Amino acid sequence: MQSSVRQMIKDKKEKNQSRAKFMEKLVPGLLLLCAIISVLTTLGIVFTLIVETITFFNHVSIIEFFTNKDWYPFFGDNPDYGIWPLISGTLMITGIAMLVAIPLGLAAAIYLSEYASDSVRRIIKPILEVLAGIPTIVYGFFALTFVTPVLQNIIPSLPIFNALSPGIVVGIMIIPMVASLSEDAMSSVPNAIREGALGLGATRFEVAVKVVLPAALSGIIASFVLAISRAIGETMIVTVAGGATPKLTLDVTESIQTMTSYIVQVSLGDAGYGTTIYYSIYAVGMTLFLFTLIMNLIAQYISRRFREEY
Amino acid sequence: MQLVDQAKVKSKMQTRLAQNKILKGIFFGATMLALVVLVILLYRIFTQGIGYLNLEFFQNFASRFPEKAGIKAAFFGTLWMMAVIAPVALTIGVGTAIYLEEYAKKNKFTTFIQINISNLAGVPSIVFGLLGLTVFVRMLEMGRSVLAGGLTMSLLILPIIVVAAQEAVRSVPKELREASYAMGATKWQTIKKVVLPAAIPGILTGGILALSRAIGETAPLLMIGALTFVAYLPENFLSGFTVMPIQIFNWTSRPQTEFHDVAAAGIIVLLAMLLIMNSIAVLIRNKFSKRL
Repeated sequence: MQSSVRQMIKDKKEKNQSRAKFMEKLVPGLLLLCAIISVLTTLGIVFTLIVETITFFNHVSIIEFFTNKDWYPFFGDNPDYGIWPLISGTLMITGIAMLVAIPLGLAAAIYLSEYASDSVRRIIKPILEVLAGIPTIVYGFFALTFVTPVLQNIIPSLPIFNALSPGIVVGIMIIPMVASLSEDAMSSVPNAIREGALGLGATRFEVAVKVVLPAALSGIIASFVLAISRAIGETMIVTVAGGATPKLTLDVTESIQTMTSYIVQVSLGDAGYGTTIYYSIYAVGMTLFLFTLIMNLIAQYISRRFREEY
Repeated sequence: MQLVDQAKVKSKMQTRLAQNKILKGIFFGATMLALVVLVILLYRIFTQGIGYLNLEFFQNFASRFPEKAGIKAAFFGTLWMMAVIAPVALTIGVGTAIYLEEYAKKNKFTTFIQINISNLAGVPSIVFGLLGLTVFVRMLEMGRSVLAGGLTMSLLILPIIVVAAQEAVRSVPKELREASYAMGATKWQTIKKVVLPAAIPGILTGGILALSRAIGETAPLLMIGALTFVAYLPENFLSGFTVMPIQIFNWTSRPQTEFHDVAAAGIIVLLAMLLIMNSIAVLIRNKFSKRL
């Protein structure tokens, strides 16, 4: 009787152990598979963009794509596919957005990191988080129904669709990102350095600008570059409020089109599968992808290469 | 002999202190501007949308008439999307995080996966839309369905979940693992019964925040071809669908200003949903953050 209980325990243990051993072999494989999905996603993006872009360049020459100064894909018999108007539209939005986001974001970061007390920081940081969590379509609605009418009061000739309003709103959208990334960089500057400067009689402002900013510069610049990348890829705000008129212009009051809003315009319309217009969104998407990829790589390089170690 | 000109120091000191004060005010003003924008935005949307926000708004489908337009199809479309995204993205994301934190050796391949994930987080959402359109809609022939949209969004938020889950797993103290090994548990048993339960609050918080990002996204689903005028509810994962942000986009882009008010009502519903999800995430974080 006693031996059979012992036997039962032994059997049970063996059964459990073989199961455990099996799981021990199986699980790492399954988990690796999960990890590989993210790699596959990247490969999928790159592969998709390259293949369809090549198809597009079979319809339209690559030379035209880079030299033509007009983008009129919907011109029936004689369409123009020159990427520059879309790039200029995108860069104009990005430029306006940066003019808004960099000063305001940096000022907020300096305030939070160098001036604000803990209790003030505890109130303001969640508000910035809320601002960062608002969906971009809501910002687009805000640009079209509030910012544009306000700007029209200041500039009466401003059309409903223009570059200025979505540019400003993209900038507002990015402020929390610049502020929180820059604040992280500035907060990681050791207090001893601050106290050293304060001890020598520097004011808080002098400490912030002459000591903390230079020490945190790599992180701050990286946050700017990431913000630029984010502005380039922003879609809904410019689609709703920027219009759909691709043109090479420096006039911020005109209606423009960005790379992202062109892609949306085509996908909303009924350009059939396999037409040149259908493939053009991949060529534009490829250009967009390269722009943001380069920006992200620069940001990573800056924060790794120029980091001050303490 | 006087080494220091006291009068000069005094006047210089005053300008420096004044400069400090003025710039402190400017920095504070810049910070407050963000708050002011948030208040204006919310105030505008509430005053515009509140008139259309009633029970019928939730019971009606899209309509040509603003007073009959409702968000029913979009609301349920968003729920259907969440039913796809939550399990898919959480499983893959947490799996990746456990692999990277617990199993992966420190070699080039692991570094590659890690860099790849951080780069993926910086890819514009509309590019994910192009990927979804090509791979899920065309190649795998899912059509313009809930499933295709959900899978695309899962890939989009995957990096966010992986990073959050990695941090959660990393913050589980080593002693817990070692105690488990000492009791004779295998690696997987330790992960399943010790590490994961301890990391679950962090994972859930990150997961909910990622999910709230997904339900606010518009661009990739426009690419997939989520419809803008839907007068039915999805019946299964292969049905056509619309979601709240797309319905809002549709209303916003109409010329009639009445539809802008309807869009504002839709935005209130969307923001309320995001607020609820974020509150849950914060609650979970606060409830469990003091343990361990």
